[in-house]
Amino acid sequence: MSPTLRRGLASAASLTLLLSFAACGADPGDGSGVATPGVTDTEIVVGTHMPLTGPASAGYSTIAPATRAYFEHVNEAGGVYGRKIDYKIMDDGYNPATTQQVVRELVLRDEVFAVLNGLGTPTHTGVLDFLHTNRVPDLFVASGSRTWDQPQKYPGTFGFNPDYIVEGKILASHVAENFAGSTVCFFGQDDDFGRDSLVGVEKILGPVTDKQTYVTSNTNVAPQIGALKAAGCQVVILATVPGFTALAIGTAARIGFQPQWLVSNVGADYLTLASQLGEAAGLLEGLIGVNYLPMHNDETNPWIVLFRQIHEKYNADAPFDGNTVYGMAVGYLFVQALQAAGPDLTRTALVEAVERGGFEGPGLAPLRFSATDHSGYGGQRLTRVNGGTQEYFGPTYETDPADGPVNEYPGESATPPADGIPSAP
Amino acid sequence: MSAYTLPRHLGLLAVGVLAVLASSYLLEPYRLFQAATVAAFLCATAGLTVLTGLNGQLSLGHGALMAVGAYSLALSQRALAERGLTGGGALPISLLAAVLVTTALGAVIGVAAARIRGPYLAGVTLTVAIAVPALTVTFSGVFNGEQGLAVPLAPPPAVLGPYFPYERWQLWLVAAVTLLALLLLTNLVRSRYGRLLRAVRDDEVAAGLAGLPVAGIRVLAFVVSAAAAGLGGALLALLTQNVSPGAFSLALSLSLLTAVVVGGLGRLAGAAWGALLLVALPELTHSLAEALPLTPALAHRMEGNLPLAIFGLTLVLVVIVAPGGVQGHLSRLAQAAWTRLPHRAAPPTT
Repeated sequence: MSPTLRRGLASAASLTLLLSFAACGADPGDGSGVATPGVTDTEIVVGTHMPLTGPASAGYSTIAPATRAYFEHVNEAGGVYGRKIDYKIMDDGYNPATTQQVVRELVLRDEVFAVLNGLGTPTHTGVLDFLHTNRVPDLFVASGSRTWDQPQKYPGTFGFNPDYIVEGKILASHVAENFAGSTVCFFGQDDDFGRDSLVGVEKILGPVTDKQTYVTSNTNVAPQIGALKAAGCQVVILATVPGFTALAIGTAARIGFQPQWLVSNVGADYLTLASQLGEAAGLLEGLIGVNYLPMHNDETNPWIVLFRQIHEKYNADAPFDGNTVYGMAVGYLFVQALQAAGPDLTRTALVEAVERGGFEGPGLAPLRFSATDHSGYGGQRLTRVNGGTQEYFGPTYETDPADGPVNEYPGESATPPADGIPSAP
Repeated sequence: MSAYTLPRHLGLLAVGVLAVLASSYLLEPYRLFQAATVAAFLCATAGLTVLTGLNGQLSLGHGALMAVGAYSLALSQRALAERGLTGGGALPISLLAAVLVTTALGAVIGVAAARIRGPYLAGVTLTVAIAVPALTVTFSGVFNGEQGLAVPLAPPPAVLGPYFPYERWQLWLVAAVTLLALLLLTNLVRSRYGRLLRAVRDDEVAAGLAGLPVAGIRVLAFVVSAAAAGLGGALLALLTQNVSPGAFSLALSLSLLTAVVVGGLGRLAGAAWGALLLVALPELTHSLAEALPLTPALAHRMEGNLPLAIFGLTLVLVVIVAPGGVQGHLSRLAQAAWTRLPHRAAPPTT
């Protein structure tokens, strides 16, 4: 056979394969073309990216299932304006390159209405422009990076967590009040998460004595922890994901280094850390963290009672911890935003509803959404591990990401509705 | 090179252009993105086919060469954007920069590779595959660590209208560059240099005795192959608008090699099958994992490992059943069908 014919056959075969490839993925929607993507009279399709596997999966892999469990509770009661929520969860392994891939699958293939609570600073940063150019609402990102709060540049993106500068300021002012004169150091993730957090810390304390960074692809943090020990650090502020909080504390203990640890809200959930450390969970005693949602073990809190009921009905395989509370709080807020957007659901209506603000939920501090502010919760309260349980202490603080003072926030969180389903704010 | 080679390749190019144009209007956006990804990978697998299939040199570092191309494009686009150059003129400059940088790197590795063989060469290229992603983390001031760099790109030209699908534009860009690269590579393969490459592969001693500059030819193969891989990486960066080391792990280098072996080593058409496989396999395993009645926890665990397992299994099967890869097998099937045709005496119409 001639080479030309051979090549012709090969290209014909490739083309056929390519076309059949196209055919099998064609028309997922109703084909009308004018309808809002992901929205029908009976359904809303929403997607997210989460590290279900990999170095950051500890704890985080249970967030999206908890959100989905909350949606099942809402769907059981008839959904929002008659529409049930279908929550697609994609695993990105905390690898920004995979996030690129899975978010394109969600937006281009599955045609989701919105992306909800995409997790991670390095991962989500890479898909911001893609989501913006495709006009996909990008709600309640699971991270406190300052990047989410750029209403001019990214009008559809909104944060959920308090931003990392606010958090750094709150942690640092606790250090300034209670550990005056100590040698203070910093250990953070080598990306916008760690950098923003350090900015907040140094706004209050000035330059710290030593700062070290880690990357999630390298699970050996002994050199950095050794350097912190050598620098004589007595207080170490951590901007770490849970797996690396546990690694840092475990590694430090092995070389006989036991400073006072203060941990970012994203890496401070006691149950997650304790399951990472196993028998060495005792090392967490005295650990100071921050949080802004009700403590999972506070059975007197009506939100915890509600979330635990939903958890036991729809999510019973997973542990009930801070990540579960977080996931359900996200679900509650999203349903509230859908209620506010009204029965004629469009992407514009949803974004406008979030910008109108006025949301109420389990949070200790207020949500700040407005047309000019797309950051999430505005404050936090300190926690401490005491006798194997994590408890809140002191007042709730709030501050701004600029040079404003750290103030006590006197407000109380709302009480949940009896059926656990919010109405429009 | 026979007198008909270039016209024939230009004819094939025209067919390719038509196929891309037609499919860019037939496919939905996600398939367009996937097709463009296949095209980007095709650059790299074609380059690797030239090196491994035609010249007999093994490289486990082509993923890293793709990373070098991708980062070169990103850094160049960012530098140009800083100087206010964001229009359509910036991209050709950046693509050229990506090719030049990987060509230079290919020459360096090639010179080393000309002196070592087989497992030793595999070892050296393996080092490249491990070192390059690590560099991005070590010099995070330049490469921004694991978070990676955003790649600023101009939107589709205004003449195409305000609602021109971005994915179609991406496919056009990537496919145009890939087709051009393939034209150059097929001509090279068919030329005197192509025969030199094969001569060195088949018997180095004989080639040397015949007076061929063996080391020079080996370096040439590495340079061409590296440039193609760098171009592929740059196109991938153009597609995802973001580069991060996680996209160019050692697993990518290994997958590229597996893909060209499965596709059919020694023929550029095999590289196309390989590129298609790289994109289709994860998708197919994803659908498989979704179709199987699994608990969510087991399903996501499967999804992480299933593509690798199936990839390995495919490799084993192909090596046993069809040592020539997909393309070799297809050629054999086509040949068998041809000989069975009643009027096979008639010459092929070309």
